[in-house]
Amino acid sequence: MVKLKDLPEEELLASGHRLCAGCGASIALRMALKVARGPTVVTNATGCLEVSTAIYPYTSWRLPWVHVAFENAAAVASGIEAAYKAMARRGAWGQKVDIIAVAGDGGTFDIGIQALSGAMERGSDFLYICYDNEAYMNTGIQRSGATPHGAATTTSPAGTRIPGKPEWKKDLIGICAAHGIPYAATASPAYWNDYMTKVQKGLAAEGPAVIHILSPCPTGWRCDSAESIRLARLAVQTRYWPLYEVEAGTYRLNMRVPKPQPVEEFLKPQGRFRHLFTPEFKHELEAIQRSVDENWGRIQRLCGETT
Amino acid sequence: MPKVLGLTGNEAVAYATKQSDVDVVAAYPITPQTIMVELFSEYVANGEVHAEYVCVESEHSAMSACVGASLTGARVMTATSSQGLALMHEMLYIASGLRCPIVMGVANRALSAPINIHGDHSDMMASRDCGWIQIYAENAQEAYDWVIQAFRIAEDPDILLPVAVNLDGFILSHCVEGVTVLEDETVKGFLPHRKARYTLDPGKPLTMGALVLPDYYYEFKVQQEDAIRRAAERIRETNRDYEEVAGRRYGILDLFGMEDAEAAVVCLGSTAGTARDVARALRGEGRRVGVIKPWVYRPFPAREIVEAAGSLKALAVLDRACSFGAPYGPLCSDVASALKQHRRDLPVLNYVYGLGGRDIRPSEIRSVFDETLRAAETGVVEEPLRFLGVRE
Repeated sequence: MVKLKDLPEEELLASGHRLCAGCGASIALRMALKVARGPTVVTNATGCLEVSTAIYPYTSWRLPWVHVAFENAAAVASGIEAAYKAMARRGAWGQKVDIIAVAGDGGTFDIGIQALSGAMERGSDFLYICYDNEAYMNTGIQRSGATPHGAATTTSPAGTRIPGKPEWKKDLIGICAAHGIPYAATASPAYWNDYMTKVQKGLAAEGPAVIHILSPCPTGWRCDSAESIRLARLAVQTRYWPLYEVEAGTYRLNMRVPKPQPVEEFLKPQGRFRHLFTPEFKHELEAIQRSVDENWGRIQRLCGETT
Repeated sequence: MPKVLGLTGNEAVAYATKQSDVDVVAAYPITPQTIMVELFSEYVANGEVHAEYVCVESEHSAMSACVGASLTGARVMTATSSQGLALMHEMLYIASGLRCPIVMGVANRALSAPINIHGDHSDMMASRDCGWIQIYAENAQEAYDWVIQAFRIAEDPDILLPVAVNLDGFILSHCVEGVTVLEDETVKGFLPHRKARYTLDPGKPLTMGALVLPDYYYEFKVQQEDAIRRAAERIRETNRDYEEVAGRRYGILDLFGMEDAEAAVVCLGSTAGTARDVARALRGEGRRVGVIKPWVYRPFPAREIVEAAGSLKALAVLDRACSFGAPYGPLCSDVASALKQHRRDLPVLNYVYGLGGRDIRPSEIRSVFDETLRAAETGVVEEPLRFLGVRE
C-alpha cells in the first residue's frame, strides 16, 4: 500500500509536455515515477508519450530517458541492463539502476510483442508499462490488437456493413504470464493506490514485470477530456477492465466488483462506440456484455474466487 | 616471438572482440556469421571475459540492445549476415544517428530471394548509406586487425559512429588461416576501456533519442555527415598507432602496382588477393596493371582513389552485388562519381561477379585485365556493365 503523504512532491515527468488534456499516459507515468525507489532510467517506445514529452530542444524528463524506435523498448531495456551489469563487473559502475520500459498498445500488443517476449524469456530485470489507449492514437486512431471489439477507429470504421472492429482484444497479461515472469498486473489510473503499489512490486521483482494500464484517450475515444478518470473507473466497475495481478504464477483479484454496472455505462460516453447504440447493432452490445461476463468468470477462476 | 593461431575469419573476429575487452555482445545466429557469436558465448560461459552476452530473439532486437548498451556507456559488439543485416536495417540508421560506437562483424552473404547462404556483398551494399563506417577485410588477419582498430575509431569522442567490419561469407568466415595475434596486454594498451562522455547516468539525467522536427533535424544529420568525413583522418591515425604495436600497416586503400599501372582493378575483400595474384603474373609478362583494394568503403575514399589512379588509362571495378536497374554496381557507382567529381576522365568497365557465392577464377580476372588494357589502348568501352562468370 502506498501512503499519499509519503509520495514525493518532485515531478520526474515535468509539466508542460504536449500530451492532450485528459491523456491517461501522462497520468500513468507521473504516478509510476512517484514511486520510483532509486536511480531509474526510462526507455520509451515511439508513440504519443514519446513524441509529446521530448521535442528537441525541450524535454519533460528529469531522469535518464531514451527513445530508440517503435517495436523495441524491451530489447533496448535488455541492452541497458547488460551494460550496467558488465560495467559494474569491471568497476566502472557502482549503483543499482531500475529500468522502466514504456510503450503504448501498438508498441506492445502488435509491433513490439516479439521484443517483449524475447526480453521476458531471457529474464531481463525491468518493469514494462504498457499504457493501453486501445488504438494507434499517435498516428490518428487506427485499430490495434488492443482495440476492443466494436470500437470505431480510422481503420476499423463504423460502416453500414461492418460496425467497427470485428476482432476481439488480445489477452496481454495471459501472454506475459505464460512466460513465467515474476510479476504481471493490470491497472487503472482511477485506482491510483492499486496501480502505484503494483509499480512498487514490479520494480522490486527480480526479473521482468509487466503492468498493463488502461489509458483513456479523449481524442481517440471521442469523449470529454474531463471524463478520463471517470471512464477509467467505469471500466473497472463494469468489469470491462478487471484489476488483477499474477505473482510468481499465482493470480490474485485486486478489486472485487460485486455489483457491476452494465458495460454500456462504460461504452456510452465514448463516441467510438456510438454506432452500437442503434437497434441494428443491439446484438453487438449484447455480445460485448457476454464477453465481459465470460472474461470476468475466467479471471475469477484463475484467481480462485468462488462467486 | 609473435603468436600465430590457426583461426577462421569468424574466430579471428571473436578473438579480437575478446581481447578488446567488450562489455556487451548482443547477437542472433545466422549463417555464416554464427561462429563469431558462438565462440564469444563460450568465452562468457567459461568466465574468460567480463562481458554480458544478450541472447536476443532477432537481429532487430540485437541492434536495439546494442544501442541501449552503447548509450549506457558500454563497449558493444555484434555480428550478423545477410537477412539479419536486412532485418536490422532500421536500427542501423538509429545506431549511427544516435552516435553509438558499436562494432559489428558482417560475414557477407547473398540476400534472398532465392535464399542462398553463400558469400556476396548484397547485404552490406543494401545498407551502404546507413551512416556506418564500413571496412572490408581481405583475410582473417585483416579481420582480426580491423576489429581491434574499429573500436578505437568508433569510440573516438570526435567520431562516435558505428563500424562494420566485413568479411566474405565462407571464403573468409570459414577458412582457417594463420593469424598473428597480439598479446592481451598489447591490445589493452592500444585500446583502453571506453570513456563515454554522455551516458544514461541517473546522476546526470539526459534525454536521448528526442523527436527532432524540421527546425533542428537537418543540422543533426549534417553533423553526422561531418563526423563520418572526419573519420578518414582518424582511421589513418589509428592505422599508424596500430602499426607501431602490431607491425602491420593498414590504410584507407591497399594498392598494388599502382606506381605505374595503365590498367587497374578496384575490388573489395577476398577477391583482392586473387586480383593481386593475377596482376603479379601479368606484370611478370611486362604488362602494367595494378589493384586498388579499398579497406575503407565508407567514408568513401574518393580523393584517394583518384590519386591512386594517377597513371591509369582505364579502370575496371568488380562489384560483388547488383544494384538492380542502376547504371553500375554500387562500388562502381561510387568510383565513377569520384572520378567525375575530380574531373578525371577514364574509361570505366564495371563487372558484377560472384553473386550467391559463385567462385571468381583467376582466368576471369585475367580477362578483366585484358579488356581493361584494351580499353586503355582504344579508349573505348563497349559494354559498361557486364556480368562475369554468369552461365548463359
